Amino acid sequence: MTRYVGRRLVETVPVVFGVLLVVFVIAHLTPGDPVLIALGEHATPEAVEQLRAELQLDDPLPVAFLKYLSHVLRGDLGRSIQNNERVTVELATRFPATIELSLAAMLIASVVGILTGVLAAVRQNSWFDGLSMFVALFGFSMPIFWLGIMLILLFAALLGWFPISGRLDYTVEIVRITNLHILDAMVTRNWTALGNALHHLVLPAITLSTVPLAIVARMTRSSLLEVLRQDYVRTARAKGLRDSRVVTRHALTNASIPVITVIGLNVGSLLSGAILTETIFAWPGVGRLVVDAIFARDYPIVQGTVFVIALVFVAVNLLVDVSYAYLDPRIRYG
Amino acid sequence: MHHRFGRIVLPVLVIAGLLVAPVLTSGAPRTSWDAKACGRVGGTLVFGQAQDAVTLDPADATDGFSVNNTSNAFDTLVRFAANGTQVEPGLAESWKVSSDELVWTFKLRRGVRFHDGTPLDAKAVEFSFQRQLDKKHPYHHGVFEYAEFTLESVKSIEAVGADSVRFTLKASNAPFLAMLAMFSNAVSSPAAIRKYGKDYFKHPTGTGPFKFVEWVQKDHVTYEANKDYWAGRPCVDRLIIRGIPDNTVRLLEMEKGGIQIMDQTNPPDYARIRRNKDLVLFTGPGLNVGYLAMNVEKEPFNDVRVRRAVNHSVNKPVLVRAFYEGIGQPAKNPMPPTIWGYNDEVKAYEYNPEKAKQLLAEAGYPNGITTELWWPNRARPYLTQPQKIAEALQQQLAKGGIRAKLVTFEWGTYLSKARNGEHPMAILGWTGDNGDPDNFLYVLLDADNAKKGTASNIAFYKSGALHDLLIRAQRTSDQARRTALYRQAQEVIHNDAPWVPLVHAGRVAAYRKQVQNFFPHPLDIRWFYRVWIEK
Amino acid sequence: MVERIEVIARIPESRARVGFYQDAWRRLRRNRGALLGLVIICLFAGAALLSPLITAHDPIDQDLDARLLPPSRTHWLGTDDLGRDLLTRIIYGGRVSLTIGIVAVGIAVAAGTFVGLFAGYYGRWADSVTMRMMDIMLAFPATLLAIFIVGIRGPSLNNAMLAIGVINIPIFARLVRGSVLRVRQEEFVDAARALGGSAGRIIGRHILPNTLAPIIVQATLGIGAAILEAAGLSFLGLGAQAPTPEWGAMLTNTREYLRDAPWAATFPGIAILLTVVGFNLLGDGLRDALDPRLRI
Repeated sequence: MTRYVGRRLVETVPVVFGVLLVVFVIAHLTPGDPVLIALGEHATPEAVEQLRAELQLDDPLPVAFLKYLSHVLRGDLGRSIQNNERVTVELATRFPATIELSLAAMLIASVVGILTGVLAAVRQNSWFDGLSMFVALFGFSMPIFWLGIMLILLFAALLGWFPISGRLDYTVEIVRITNLHILDAMVTRNWTALGNALHHLVLPAITLSTVPLAIVARMTRSSLLEVLRQDYVRTARAKGLRDSRVVTRHALTNASIPVITVIGLNVGSLLSGAILTETIFAWPGVGRLVVDAIFARDYPIVQGTVFVIALVFVAVNLLVDVSYAYLDPRIRYG
Repeated sequence: MHHRFGRIVLPVLVIAGLLVAPVLTSGAPRTSWDAKACGRVGGTLVFGQAQDAVTLDPADATDGFSVNNTSNAFDTLVRFAANGTQVEPGLAESWKVSSDELVWTFKLRRGVRFHDGTPLDAKAVEFSFQRQLDKKHPYHHGVFEYAEFTLESVKSIEAVGADSVRFTLKASNAPFLAMLAMFSNAVSSPAAIRKYGKDYFKHPTGTGPFKFVEWVQKDHVTYEANKDYWAGRPCVDRLIIRGIPDNTVRLLEMEKGGIQIMDQTNPPDYARIRRNKDLVLFTGPGLNVGYLAMNVEKEPFNDVRVRRAVNHSVNKPVLVRAFYEGIGQPAKNPMPPTIWGYNDEVKAYEYNPEKAKQLLAEAGYPNGITTELWWPNRARPYLTQPQKIAEALQQQLAKGGIRAKLVTFEWGTYLSKARNGEHPMAILGWTGDNGDPDNFLYVLLDADNAKKGTASNIAFYKSGALHDLLIRAQRTSDQARRTALYRQAQEVIHNDAPWVPLVHAGRVAAYRKQVQNFFPHPLDIRWFYRVWIEK
Repeated sequence: MVERIEVIARIPESRARVGFYQDAWRRLRRNRGALLGLVIICLFAGAALLSPLITAHDPIDQDLDARLLPPSRTHWLGTDDLGRDLLTRIIYGGRVSLTIGIVAVGIAVAAGTFVGLFAGYYGRWADSVTMRMMDIMLAFPATLLAIFIVGIRGPSLNNAMLAIGVINIPIFARLVRGSVLRVRQEEFVDAARALGGSAGRIIGRHILPNTLAPIIVQATLGIGAAILEAAGLSFLGLGAQAPTPEWGAMLTNTREYLRDAPWAATFPGIAILLTVVGFNLLGDGLRDALDPRLRI
């Protein structure tokens, strides 16, 4: 097991390096100049030249990449072109917002999705099964920015149940330790802030959860159905085990593999969804950060963010693979 | 005047009036800001704009979102009036200028302290300017785009005693005082700059009416009232400036009272705001022009008849009505009527597609022409809804026999391609920097500014007659003569028709009814010092 | 990361014979959901193909005096913010959106199949190198990759299709590779090889037909996903360019009127929703039909 994890870790090195190289090259190949964008119509040739020199944008690409790589290896991701902020600091404040949003979405997707899937499978062909699978189908067939705007209009603007945008009311004081508001609020026993943060989290998390929720529900249902049809489950039932026990003891464990797969596979698409969700809900996360940075050609931010995203992606996939091995001893570590 | 004025993103000076004449003696101690009394003291004011600040270091800011922040936390030596572009005393309570207009001495207000408690003295002012100008300064942390331009004429800056600062200029420069009033020349605390080094941009420390408390990046900045402000404390206790990118969401927040003032109101929402009795929609004239430039170096636009045909095909009033909701006016000249020297006698090309077709036929295109219309995919003050305007133009042009394919790029790419002259026709615009006609006509249409790759004259229009007029106007300081020259210049431009001047967009702001004393400044900077909130 | 995909992509083993597809078609016809999906797709596709016959309006002809009119007898679904007939634009928009889906998936299938066959058939270093490249692409958030591609090449419909196609390559590459790995073990492949069949022939005659079923399923689902991804790009201003009636762009450009003229943004949204539902239903049905053991 340890060897397996070790081997997988080694395998991730070229992937992460590759991501770094690819993002560096395409970021620098993209036409448009950060200086020109910052100064807009009013940029003069002298200002542009002077700025390019100051930002060392005129290095040849391989030289620039090697310089960058040596900095990265020392844990230095550089500073933003736009405001001189350290990329590491920017990520430390922005990543937690996205993590909080994504975890909440994943939590909703897993809990509601698995529950729905199990119920639908156990009562196959019932009205609940039909309805929930119908809803699930719509859930991942909808443009999520459209859904987000409609949720705001309905639940925030019209009914006033939830805040319209943002992550925390400016009136709420909070001690920032990890920048995960919910965690910080719990650690400092600041229940007002906790409530406020959760209140703000509901709509964006629901928006972001729809696609994975629908997929998890469908996956749970289908894999559970398959397992329920297999001999050992029939045997267990025949031996007189109660249905609920059969489902939890035998079937769910086996059905969890494809479900975990889906969760792992969706980390990537979750971030794509986060870009749109964060824009609509004015959520100060990393999705918006990187898109704004691409449009502003703020290379250090783009590179740093994509690098960290890739690390997260690789780590989650590693976890997924390890949990397979744990859940299903038949999977070889080969 | 000089073309390098073009460097400023926000207009500097004078909207309807004149260049500020050099002030030879001191200004009055009281200013237009004090005249506005607080009806109530206290409360929290929340301002919502389309983006959070990028930096809070005033000297390093280039975007309006950051400037709206720094302008409330910092002071400049002299400042703009509360409702116009006249220059008034700020941190300097008076100033003197030598008879050759080369040496300016500013006398600082006594007893002013930075938010960190350190005193504002002549050394501090000197430090604050030197770190921008001197590339070897130990705290030259930033790009300071504006320093080169606003302080271009400055030879040296030195503290004289404890409370006077002397600026020596290389050459006399009439708008120097207005340059000093610009946001980038705000005075920062040297102690804070030394303490925070490269991170000063997130620990702004000035002398302004609002004291920085907290910045949650890409979300909001919190300020509290500076109760010891030298001109008296601001009316509200707290100021929050939030960034909310989505237009609809920002307006929803204001309708719910989550924010009290908002920027970048979307024209389709004007009617909704007007209907809402809790909200106020402010509109006023703007200092800008949106235009369609034809690349006169490319066929068929090298033929003036084709360019006139394009002009005859565009129905501007319809555009203003549909996409600016009437807040703005159709343009016939390259500069707005709010600037002196505007030639109202120029007769606009009337909307007449038949005449356009006829002109095209005369030019040898009986079947019309096929070309491209480039449009910038980013809303600008002069181009509130770029895509829709481009689509409508495309259809109007088609009726005049000009079949144009719509082409766009991201903002940065768009600008560099347009400056490189890759377009046949391109939509762009200009926001005035200083209220001088030169800042529009010379920058946007003179041959000097039509070099491929760096052109601000993206029509690549090179008229000897116009160049002669514009240079003569630059070299004289007699305003009557300049007016005559600029009026003539507008005639020349009109006849050669390198552009279709489209619109002068109005300036718009929306706020809740409880907000009092709020005047959207002509320079499009939001100052909240004297704003108060009704109970 | 490789083992995982095979769990999903378990393929029918050596059943690629004509009879198999006939059986599948019979099963598909009995699947009400799949038929519904097929009907939806055919409706939109038919309307798109015959659009000039269905509507008298022009999809890009504006009437600025008839902006944002509510649904009425002349404009069944109302008009948009430039006074264009919404129904007409939705019908013509079907051409654009369906083209995006089909072309993007076409690119992904073609390139993905090639990469997957290459990696799966030759194995060893070819396999590790190509699959590591696919891992890199997967570790790169798809939307960002698309933004970059569109950023480099400029926003246009073609570049959006290209970008969406490219970001979907790894899905098909892994799918095909997994199938190839399984099929390669089969006796009939060994036999073909023993008889001296060339690589091209073995791939073409024996391996491809056996990997076809999962590709068909994934491609059908992928078209729906591609339409959604194109809408997302349009939301960021990087998709189809004006005045092309693409559903995502229509939805984005009118979302600011959602409160004053809800129809303008709602109908394009429904068009996207229905079409994607159609492809998903059909994809599900195909999966059931092609592999009765796997119901997802």
